[in-house]
Amino acid sequence: MKNNQSTILQKSPIFYDTFERKAGAQLKVTHYCPGCGHGILHKLIAEALVDFNVDDKAVFLSPVGCSVFAYYYFQNGNIQSAHGRDPAVGTGYKRANPNSIVVSYQGDGDLASIGGNNILQAANRGENITVFFVNNATYGMTGGQMAPTTLIGQKSTTTPRGRTVANEGYPLKMSELLSTLEAPVYVERVMLTDPKNITKTRKAVRKALKNQIDNKGFSFVEVLSACPTGWKKSSQDSKKWITDVMEKYFPIGVKKDVSEEREPTIVKRKTPKYSDFHKLLDIQSLNSLPDVPEIPKTQNISEEIKIAGFGGQGVLSLGYVLANIGMGHDYAVSWLPSYGPEMRGGTANCSVKVSSDRIGAPVVDNPTTLIAFNKPSLQKFEADVVKGGNIIYDSGLIDSPPERDDVNGLPIKATEIADKLGSTKAANMVAFGVYVGLTGYLSKEYIQWGIKHIIKKEKFHKLNLEAFNKGFEFGKKHK
Amino acid sequence: MSKMLIKGNEAIIRGATLAGCKNFFGYPITPASEIAETASYYFPLVGGNFLQAESEVAAINMVYGAASSGVRCMTASSSPGISLKMEGISYIAGAELPCVIIDVMRGGPGLGNIAPEQSDYNQIVKGGGHGNYKLIVLAPNSAQEMNDFTMKAFELADKYRNPAVILADGFTGQMMEPVEFPEPVEKFPEKPWAIKATKETKDNLICSIDLDPDDLEKHNIHLQEKYAEIEKNEVMCEEYKTDDADVILVGFGIVSRIIQTAIDELRNDGIKVGMVRPITLFPFPKKIIDKYASKGNVKNINVVEMNNGQMVDDVKLVVNGRKPVSLLTRIGGNIPTVKEIINHIKKRG
Ligand SMILES: Cc1ncc(C[n+]2csc(CCOP(=O)(O)OP(=O)(O)O)c2C)c(N)n1
Ligand code: SF4
Repeated sequence: MKNNQSTILQKSPIFYDTFERKAGAQLKVTHYCPGCGHGILHKLIAEALVDFNVDDKAVFLSPVGCSVFAYYYFQNGNIQSAHGRDPAVGTGYKRANPNSIVVSYQGDGDLASIGGNNILQAANRGENITVFFVNNATYGMTGGQMAPTTLIGQKSTTTPRGRTVANEGYPLKMSELLSTLEAPVYVERVMLTDPKNITKTRKAVRKALKNQIDNKGFSFVEVLSACPTGWKKSSQDSKKWITDVMEKYFPIGVKKDVSEEREPTIVKRKTPKYSDFHKLLDIQSLNSLPDVPEIPKTQNISEEIKIAGFGGQGVLSLGYVLANIGMGHDYAVSWLPSYGPEMRGGTANCSVKVSSDRIGAPVVDNPTTLIAFNKPSLQKFEADVVKGGNIIYDSGLIDSPPERDDVNGLPIKATEIADKLGSTKAANMVAFGVYVGLTGYLSKEYIQWGIKHIIKKEKFHKLNLEAFNKGFEFGKKHK
Repeated sequence: MSKMLIKGNEAIIRGATLAGCKNFFGYPITPASEIAETASYYFPLVGGNFLQAESEVAAINMVYGAASSGVRCMTASSSPGISLKMEGISYIAGAELPCVIIDVMRGGPGLGNIAPEQSDYNQIVKGGGHGNYKLIVLAPNSAQEMNDFTMKAFELADKYRNPAVILADGFTGQMMEPVEFPEPVEKFPEKPWAIKATKETKDNLICSIDLDPDDLEKHNIHLQEKYAEIEKNEVMCEEYKTDDADVILVGFGIVSRIIQTAIDELRNDGIKVGMVRPITLFPFPKKIIDKYASKGNVKNINVVEMNNGQMVDDVKLVVNGRKPVSLLTRIGGNIPTVKEIINHIKKRG
């Protein structure tokens, strides 16, 4: 590793010889104003990347701001991000390619204002990236408007009488803020004023990059940097202003450093074989199980079932079992739940279709069978049932039978029966049995085999079967 | 191959992983949350990465970053979240990055509700973000298509270096249906433009800024040429009983399923109705609609949507006054019923 200070202002091999990406005639000089801090910081970063031999692996994020054109100069992979989004873009890149070295480089407007939450969250996740934060107390690129770091009393084009606490609040101290978080490994504020401080900055830049190379996590270097143009000051006065004014509010120094004790985190991703994908993704069909019984012939049917009750009565899982069994019989099926807050504490319902034809609308407007587990459900859907349709209802919980006389009412104390068998949870299987016994188009043998594969909880297998059988006998009798 | 009963939202993640997607960035929102939940469970098992971002804004920018590296990546959300993603989508389109975005639409505007709507048609198909860009948009209507189109979307996104969107709705996401899953994709296209953090790719730049108007114009013309190419090659459209139809219904997504049932019933009453169902909303199936707009026996064309009438504008543009175009809509999370469609068609005669 080269380590002599004289390399600082030499051209780094990581910089392009001519800046071809820069439009216009002057392809040898940068677009930065004289006395601007950006150029110096670019060089320090470039030098460190080369010295650590990671320049090929480095991916530089150019934010919105004066440094948006960093890609004119750096010869390494470069991603130009939307205003403030570097930490998110860097997170995405690094996660996709953990082998890279991600350098996020942001201005104060970019990082502390519009991208405030992105930097906070990336720091808090401890993303293994390095962030350089150029604090020049102004919006350089857009012409000197107020930044979140503009000092109290400082004039800008949007604080023409100076920033006031009353109107704009206090300048944000990002380094102090981020150093209170658990995850960051290293946070330091430095300034680009004189050779001594440039050397300090150089050290900080290297440390922040080294931490990433060593997989230690998130590092953050805030750099107090001159913007002579925005400040309307000479280069010399700008440097003096940093030392005399800025540094008083933004004191330089290490705010947090746990790089010694922090263990490296190496990202390890699984590399499964393609042939294992279906298994890993739990892709498995009922009828491809080895012990599948004979699948009965399909009949010409078009069943539309509405199942409704309180949340917790197994309404949705009854629909799920029915749709699965229907699919197992080679029918077209669909299952559509009511969803969202509707489900919370209140009623739940689902629409199931089982058909020998392709299914159009998955919504059941007019059920051929309504299965109701509570009174509000019966009241809500009774009128929708087709003429001659079935209403299976839990007569232990619903005290008044359906009012219509053009439908087939089937009262069964499903919850009570299930309770006697061992758990009220199996009430839905009692109702399922009634439906199957009544309609007769699904095979009892197939169901008895299928239920235990569909509802995987083994301790309910016996109970579910008993409940189903009780319902089935009742349904068959009322066919 | 045999089938498995599965929710549309979960089928999307199976499809994505089978298509080789290894990176998911998202933020919870009903009715799309299961997509993130399913990804959080399965992505790590197949060697992928799942991250719940701090916001939709962050999620889409994470996708921007991941896509820059050349990997297949995705995000999923629902309408209000998609609104937030729009800036990032514009950047991704401008920088020509492939990725897949899932929008499980819900009721709006504002917080609206979580019931299904199709009111993101304009913001997705016409570009809700700034600039002259187009997204490839696929509108599934079944759980099977949630899988198939997700896989297809990754393929198209890579082929054209363009974001592709699955524009679904609350119902298609929540509904369970039998799905047949194919074998995983094992071969992926080369991406020489990607930043791989290697010596060979160190000159690569992912960028959407171009200060020179002539250069930016050139880039935009290139984009328009690409979109024209997509229009030429990638139109997908389903027709149902259109052969002898003298009344045409047009609907996309879940609406097309309701239309289908209505058509079967209307045909029982002797009315010759057929459906044109745009599957790709961009590229829009202009030629097929044009065919019926110029067909002598076609009396009228009728658009059904779950929004305030957004796709109907594109239909009218093609029909260009040659046939009367009517519109039947339900909004606010209501869905048109089979009966409503039947009555609407019968009234038009
Ligand atoms: C969404 C969005 N809002 C506003 C802008 C305009 N804009 C460009 S640069 C900038 C300020 C950048 O200031 P800072 O981050 O401090 O960087 P500097 O230019 O000082 O280096 C703004 C507001 C933009 N490009 N995008
Ligand atoms: S405006 Fe300020 S920050 Fe921007 S280049 Fe000029 S001096 Fe540097």
